[in-house]
Amino acid sequence: MSDVSPDAFIDLAGITKRYAGVTALDGVDFTVNHGEAVCLAGENGSGKSTLIKIISGVEQATEGTIRIGGDAQPVLNPRISAAAGVMVIFQDFSLFPNLTIYENIAFSTQLTGGKRLFERGKARKVAQEALDRVGVKIDLDARVEDLPVAHKQLVAICRALASKARLIIMDEPTTALTEKEVSALLGIIRRLKEDGVAVIFVSHKLAEVLEVSEKVVVLRNGKKVAEGPASEFDTKSLTRHMTGRDVAEARPSPVIADAQTLMSVRDLSKDGSFDNINFELMSGEVLGITGLLGSGRTSLAKALFGLIAPDQGTITVDGNPVPIGDPVAASHARIGYVPEDRLTEGLFLSQSIVRNVAIGRLDEHTSSAGFLNMGGLVAEAADWLKRLKVKAPDIEAPVQSLSGGNQQRVALARWLSRTPRVLILNGPSVGVDVGSKADIHDIIRELANEGIGIIVISDDLPELLATCHRILVMREGKITDELAGGVATEEKLAHSLAS
Amino acid sequence: MSSLFSKDFWTRNETLVAGVIVLFCIIATLSDPQFLSVTTLSDLLRASIVIGILAVGAMLVLVSGGIDVSFTAIAVFAMYSASVLALAIWPDMPWPLIFAISICVGAALGAINGVFIAVFGLPTLIVTLGTLSMFRGFLLTFIGSQRISALPPEMRDFSRGVIARGTTEAGSFYSFPWALVALIAVILLTWFILHKTMLGRSIYAIGGSLESARRLGINVKGTQFFVYVYVGALAGLAGIIHGSVGRMADPFSLVGLELSVIAAVVLGGARLIGGYGTLTGTLLGVALIVIVQNSLIVVGIPTTWQSVTIGLLILIGTGVPAYRAKRAAARAG
Amino acid sequence: MTTPNQKKDFTRAPEFRLLIIAIAVFAFMAVLSPDRFLSPQNLTSMAFQFPEFAILALAMTITMMTGGIDLSVVGVSNLSAVIAAIILTQFADPTMAAGQSLMWLGLAMVAALCIGAIAGLINGSLIAFFGLPPILATLGSGLVFTGFAIAMTGGSAVMGFPEAAAWIGNERLLGIPVPLIVFAVLAFGLHLLLTRTAFGLRVTMFGANPLAALYAAVDINRMLLKVYVIAGMLASVAGLVIMSRANSAKADYGSSYLLLAVLIAVLGGVNPYGGYGRVVGVVLAVLSMQFLSSGLNMLQVSNFARELIWGALLIFVMVINTNGLAVFRAALSKPTKSS
Repeated sequence: MSDVSPDAFIDLAGITKRYAGVTALDGVDFTVNHGEAVCLAGENGSGKSTLIKIISGVEQATEGTIRIGGDAQPVLNPRISAAAGVMVIFQDFSLFPNLTIYENIAFSTQLTGGKRLFERGKARKVAQEALDRVGVKIDLDARVEDLPVAHKQLVAICRALASKARLIIMDEPTTALTEKEVSALLGIIRRLKEDGVAVIFVSHKLAEVLEVSEKVVVLRNGKKVAEGPASEFDTKSLTRHMTGRDVAEARPSPVIADAQTLMSVRDLSKDGSFDNINFELMSGEVLGITGLLGSGRTSLAKALFGLIAPDQGTITVDGNPVPIGDPVAASHARIGYVPEDRLTEGLFLSQSIVRNVAIGRLDEHTSSAGFLNMGGLVAEAADWLKRLKVKAPDIEAPVQSLSGGNQQRVALARWLSRTPRVLILNGPSVGVDVGSKADIHDIIRELANEGIGIIVISDDLPELLATCHRILVMREGKITDELAGGVATEEKLAHSLAS
Repeated sequence: MSSLFSKDFWTRNETLVAGVIVLFCIIATLSDPQFLSVTTLSDLLRASIVIGILAVGAMLVLVSGGIDVSFTAIAVFAMYSASVLALAIWPDMPWPLIFAISICVGAALGAINGVFIAVFGLPTLIVTLGTLSMFRGFLLTFIGSQRISALPPEMRDFSRGVIARGTTEAGSFYSFPWALVALIAVILLTWFILHKTMLGRSIYAIGGSLESARRLGINVKGTQFFVYVYVGALAGLAGIIHGSVGRMADPFSLVGLELSVIAAVVLGGARLIGGYGTLTGTLLGVALIVIVQNSLIVVGIPTTWQSVTIGLLILIGTGVPAYRAKRAAARAG
Repeated sequence: MTTPNQKKDFTRAPEFRLLIIAIAVFAFMAVLSPDRFLSPQNLTSMAFQFPEFAILALAMTITMMTGGIDLSVVGVSNLSAVIAAIILTQFADPTMAAGQSLMWLGLAMVAALCIGAIAGLINGSLIAFFGLPPILATLGSGLVFTGFAIAMTGGSAVMGFPEAAAWIGNERLLGIPVPLIVFAVLAFGLHLLLTRTAFGLRVTMFGANPLAALYAAVDINRMLLKVYVIAGMLASVAGLVIMSRANSAKADYGSSYLLLAVLIAVLGGVNPYGGYGRVVGVVLAVLSMQFLSSGLNMLQVSNFARELIWGALLIFVMVINTNGLAVFRAALSKPTKSS
């Protein structure tokens, strides 16, 4: 498939990239034609971000050749790449929140124009043209910070178009969008393709964009492991190629018949986030809560842990009401919460591994004189790290030196050391490699067997099926469906999510 | 410029500050009808010139996402060394040349800040805190620590020049000095840079998101460097005006004023996180601080309570938007 | 990036560099002017001089550990001193019996500490409950505190204390200057608080990542209140030392101490964005500064040269600590490199 056709906009041959002993990419061939949409799939660490960095000129390949529009590019840097029309839309969109929409769209064109003066009229015109091209009407003078996520993404796309993009690379384009917004995005992508603009979707969840794509390329451990027309792939085969194995994970063992109600949630509502939520969690049960982004699943999870104060409703644990809107009170009620974003919310990256665990148990190790019993604290933390099989050369090293999977175990260890009754896990395996993912699922099942009630918030359907006894589906802030884990299948779940 | 009555008009800091100023003027006029006069206006304007120029510079730094506390030391350094130099080599030096020297010295000192911040990437607060000490220490150790009241005659001539002067019907004297033109020129030039040049837009962009600016290929280091040089030059100008108008080169003056100037800028809506700040807001903030410093007595508050008043204004002026933002964030979840 | 294989090594810590600097400065001054710099008079006069601003630097340190700052410390110390001074001049007089005047002194000190605590509570509330950035909250409150001190005194100094009041700032206990003892006790206490208590660990962790502290169910509001109350009370102790040494209280004493306190904390290796700081570093920074300024004094260098050297030292240490030199070299060798 990698023969250089005259249609090829960009053609990479035999690309290898080594960092200090680690081979991030190993002889990868990759071609994108004009007006073609390509899905670049792979787990975290598969090399897909390295490939994108090489195409956009941020990193240089150790070996291999790159041709853009037929011309060989011996030295590719960000400027050459951008001049050739390669535009990357990062997950955070790289916009300026304090500037207006038209300035955001026109900034780079004005910059590359080499002009010293800022031409307002021209900038507005450029921005309007770009917005017209994607067929969207938004107020040019609105500030980007006031826009919803979907519109921010559109502004980023328009900025790429305004800079005469020939190839737009979109990093995880659909994660932050609702279903409706995704279909609007797909419509825009179709229009762009008709204009001859090529698109690369970079993602580990590609089902949504398969329908507008021509081609799928799957990377694993730095090698291209699959390539073919998009019609030949589905979610299951993509996952198989990405992980390198059939995902046939264990199912959870059934909840014991006379399990007690652990947590019960009544009429929980929060204007604009979730509405009239009712459910019960049994001791030893793993309850899944899923829904698309914006369905209210994360807001609900935060509300259960007191990070958001709901407008009304009650939460009880073991029959005792938990004060709402107060994470400290929630933790006293022995509710634990492992957040989705490990790096900013979950961990103190610059602090030691042992401190990251110990922060949850400081009061218990404080003597009557007010001093910490350091020995006991460290020993207990070390014990939990061992039980969760955290691989760390030195527990006094900063937690940022660990891999994603080990970091997640540290976050888990912090809460487990507090012996929670209810543990809420938001995206327990986001950004974790395949091996660790299975281990984390094992841990979840084990904890449930010990009688802890667990709530798994996730949009990773195989994960939900592998861990949950029961799955609640949320849409627009409401629970719309409940599936028993034993009988649910990925198809049923996907159908329930989308319908 | 966005339209005057944009939808956030009523919640903007500018509106709040303007409201407080109007309220103050109403109360002041009710208690002393003399307050609303051209004399008061000329007094307040004269008091605003130096703080105003310094505040414009401080605003620019805040917009770029930094903070500068060294500009007062730069102002004094530039003013004093330009005066000493003029007296030493050519006492009859024309004032524009003295001003130019002061501005250049200021820009050079600003460039030192710029090197540490843009090239070495050190935190702005720490760098400018260090250079504040260094500039002041260098000035007082090596250039001089005596007050000079026998300034070059040209500087005195500058301070005598007025655009308009006269006596009101009530018999009080007023004058609008030429130095006012300098403030207006600084405002116009800064407005032009901020709104009409790519450099100015880049300053806002860097303040809005440093990472995005880098990815987009904005010359971040060059822009930061410019900001500190420009602020240094403005400080040099403000310093020499301060010396000329006060008819004294006092190496101990101005330093200590930096936090009040920053307070004025923040009152006007500039945010410490960068990316936000307008000239209108900055000038309103300066106006409010100057009014409180000069006319508090008119509304019946003794001058000894001046400091309390300014402190409360800062707490309220920054606290209300901060509290509103906190509530909004809590609601959004 | 970190290199986990390397053993923890004190010589790599920023405090070690400070120790070297402190020793080097001491040795340099001792060699240049051995008879005067090492004289007992000079050593004791140094010990009387630095505690007042060193205590303010401790106050700055604990707030910086949380990623905050306290610009109101000088305002708080002057307000506390003025209140104490007013109590002493209103209710006690120099002719009073020693026991009675001691009682009033005690009461004045308690009042000063209460002022410090209340000021800290105000700062903490503004930051924790109203969400003001610490730099603005304490800038504003500092003006208010100073303003109250001015309003109460009309801007002039309050003086005429009973003799006992001079004891804190000027006497010795077992041959050691009392201000030095006060500072040593406070520094050691703060060191224990930051490294050996749950509160201290939370302060450090919060400074490293406030959001993660929220998700780890740390009671952030309570912690911030405590931090600023401690800072306020430290400031009021500094105010009492200043009052005792000057034998008077005034609203604008020690105005140069604010930036000095920030400078010392940063020089001492405290990360102004929070998450790292050691009291030993701050103590070493204080000592370096004091050796330097005393030594320069001996050498007839003007007082103002001290400021110059302090500033230069601060930037020098920052350049070393942040590997600014490496950045500089990289920038020179690869002008087009984008991070």
